Amino acid sequence: MQPGNMLHTFAIYVDNKPGVLTRVASLFRRRAFNIESLTVGHTERPGVSRMTVVVDTDDYGARRLEANLYKLVPVQRVDDITQTPSIARDLALIKVAATGEARTHVMQLVDVYRARIVDVGPESLVIEATGPEAKIDSLLEVLRPFGVIEMARTGRVSMARGTTSARRFDPPRAPVEAAAIDLSDCSV
Amino acid sequence: MKLTGAQILWECLVREGVTDVFGYPGGAILPAYDALLEYPIRHVLVRHEQGATHMADGYARASGRVGVAIATSGPGATNMVTGIATAMMDSSPIVCVTGQVGSRLIGSDAFQEADITGITLPITKHNYLVTSAEDVAPAVREAFAVAAGGRPGPVLIDITKDAQQGSCAFDWNAAEPRLTEAYDDALPGDGASSDAVALINAAERPLILAGHGVMLSGAEREILALAERAQIPIAVTLLGIGGVPASHPLNLGMMGMHGEAWVNVAIQQADLLIALGMRFDDRVTGNLKTYAPTARKIHVDVDRAELNKNVRVDVAIASDLRAAIVDWLPDVAPGDRAAWFAEIDALKGDSAVRDIQNLPDDGHLYAAHVINDLWRLTDGRALVVSDVGQHQMWEAQYYKHDAPRSLITSGGLGTMGFALPAAIGAKIARPDAEVWVVVGDGGFQMTMCELATIAQEKLDINVAIINNGYLGMVRQWQEFFYQRRYAATPITGPDFVKLADAFGLWGAAVHRRGDVEATVMAARACPGAAIIDFRVEQEDTVYPMVPAGADLHRMIRRPSPIVETAAD
Repeated sequence: MQPGNMLHTFAIYVDNKPGVLTRVASLFRRRAFNIESLTVGHTERPGVSRMTVVVDTDDYGARRLEANLYKLVPVQRVDDITQTPSIARDLALIKVAATGEARTHVMQLVDVYRARIVDVGPESLVIEATGPEAKIDSLLEVLRPFGVIEMARTGRVSMARGTTSARRFDPPRAPVEAAAIDLSDCSV
Repeated sequence: MKLTGAQILWECLVREGVTDVFGYPGGAILPAYDALLEYPIRHVLVRHEQGATHMADGYARASGRVGVAIATSGPGATNMVTGIATAMMDSSPIVCVTGQVGSRLIGSDAFQEADITGITLPITKHNYLVTSAEDVAPAVREAFAVAAGGRPGPVLIDITKDAQQGSCAFDWNAAEPRLTEAYDDALPGDGASSDAVALINAAERPLILAGHGVMLSGAEREILALAERAQIPIAVTLLGIGGVPASHPLNLGMMGMHGEAWVNVAIQQADLLIALGMRFDDRVTGNLKTYAPTARKIHVDVDRAELNKNVRVDVAIASDLRAAIVDWLPDVAPGDRAAWFAEIDALKGDSAVRDIQNLPDDGHLYAAHVINDLWRLTDGRALVVSDVGQHQMWEAQYYKHDAPRSLITSGGLGTMGFALPAAIGAKIARPDAEVWVVVGDGGFQMTMCELATIAQEKLDINVAIINNGYLGMVRQWQEFFYQRRYAATPITGPDFVKLADAFGLWGAAVHRRGDVEATVMAARACPGAAIIDFRVEQEDTVYPMVPAGADLHRMIRRPSPIVETAAD
């Protein structure tokens, strides 16, 4: 990580149309930003998808990225929720080699991490874990000695706590008021 | 009433105010061409689709209206890529319409299929793949709104053949674009007008950096009002030339790699830079670490993504430039900055004012002479379209543009071959303008097929080929930075006079300075297009020069006594 850099999380609301994911992903590539994780899914509103994108950059880079995202026609709204109190979750499916005594150990660990066993095979278990990335990283670490056969992770999905996310859904303000609004709760 | 998608395309273009389009037909765009015959639109048949995009670009830059280029699928569309990228870099509003194979064939590698929306994704503001007649009108209307709105740029509409052939009810009003609300919330770090004005009023050595945005925003009068009221000198970028009259006493001239030395040194010594509609390109800043070290900085750009991109600024304002200046003006204090002007005058003295008109004729023909003569002989009123390279820099230095949109050139992308087709677009947009192409022998040979377009359309365009037998700017870099190892820069060309003749155009060659005036005047008098082959000094060099990435004030200066005297 470059000095001054940190992981920035953007919630991006886009029109649910063909090619929009390419447009957003292409913007990151074109402007030389490295995507740490990207998830897309439907939202509560029909026709609108939400992407959660995590990028390693500094504050200036985050601002520029946000401005560039707004230049994409299908992008409706961008929130940098890095500093906003928010919930971030990652889901992982982990297939672990587990026979005999190891099986018991793995099942104990799964309990400790409040994960779940969703498939039991003769020589393996599939574990489903949800939580902040750090928790999943940690679970992965303790499972590794048993032999992780396969893993799939969703990447981060995030949501601001409380009503903070309504920030830019406000009706357009008059320019004078816009200049005078209190910026202390903004996320950048 | 039901119309075909092809008819709807033209209905929309006519309603958008389009009177001229530049294009080349082909299989997948044939339905559109067939319908064209019913509509009052002039179609200029180009010789290569790259030319069509440059023409649309030149048309847009000369007039401020959206330029339109049309091509077929596959190679027709991919040939447009360079012109689209050129328009993107220089914020030029163009709409490119391409035919596409039938929607059922998409993805099958059909004949003349190319994924042009994928290819042009990073070089358009937006693009559309239209697969049904119903979607034509909304796409076209939105495309024009996107191309011309905010920071202008290119938009591409790819229309499948079946969408052109299918028919549906045409409803212009229902197709009104519904773009997301402008992004107008103030963001943290956004500067306030009052901060900008406070910096301006407090500055002792301020400098305005004026870019292309001055003309795009129509802020020519406002920027002068600001400069005159506060007594602030102005430096212009290459694309900012014409936004402020060259003859205005506050206009110091061009900044950057081949800018005036006193301008670059003034930037380095300023205590405030007011960057208006410019984007701190590497060609104007040199080494960013040592750029304007003592200056506070204000940056106004309609594109928020340009703010704090290359240069970190104290006050960043995302706004239409004209609106921003109008906002400041009432609070800007009348200035008296005599000491700062005296400093700049002293810098000018250092740099030796060029008075090349009065130099004795040493028997050589210098490009700078030719261009300066051209300026004199056209009373500085021509619409000049320059290409890319040494002649482009000499044009910027020695043709003094007083009018906005009187210089059209490829700045950001630096596209050789741009000038000739762009001039065709400019001439069609402004038929009354005296259009001159200033082009090197290298760039001319890239798109000289468009001479046939000039002949077919009977356009009165004058072409000054600055012919030095080299790819001159690359040769200059080889001279300075590659020990004069002239790899692949010597270039031959056809006999340009005979070439002109072959196209049915007037042509002449000039070898001596004494012949410049008579030949230029003959070209101006000639009713159709004229091509002049100026055989200039072969190993001439553009001075001054900031080597790429060097500190802005460390310029390679003119070796005396080549083409300068201390005059004025």
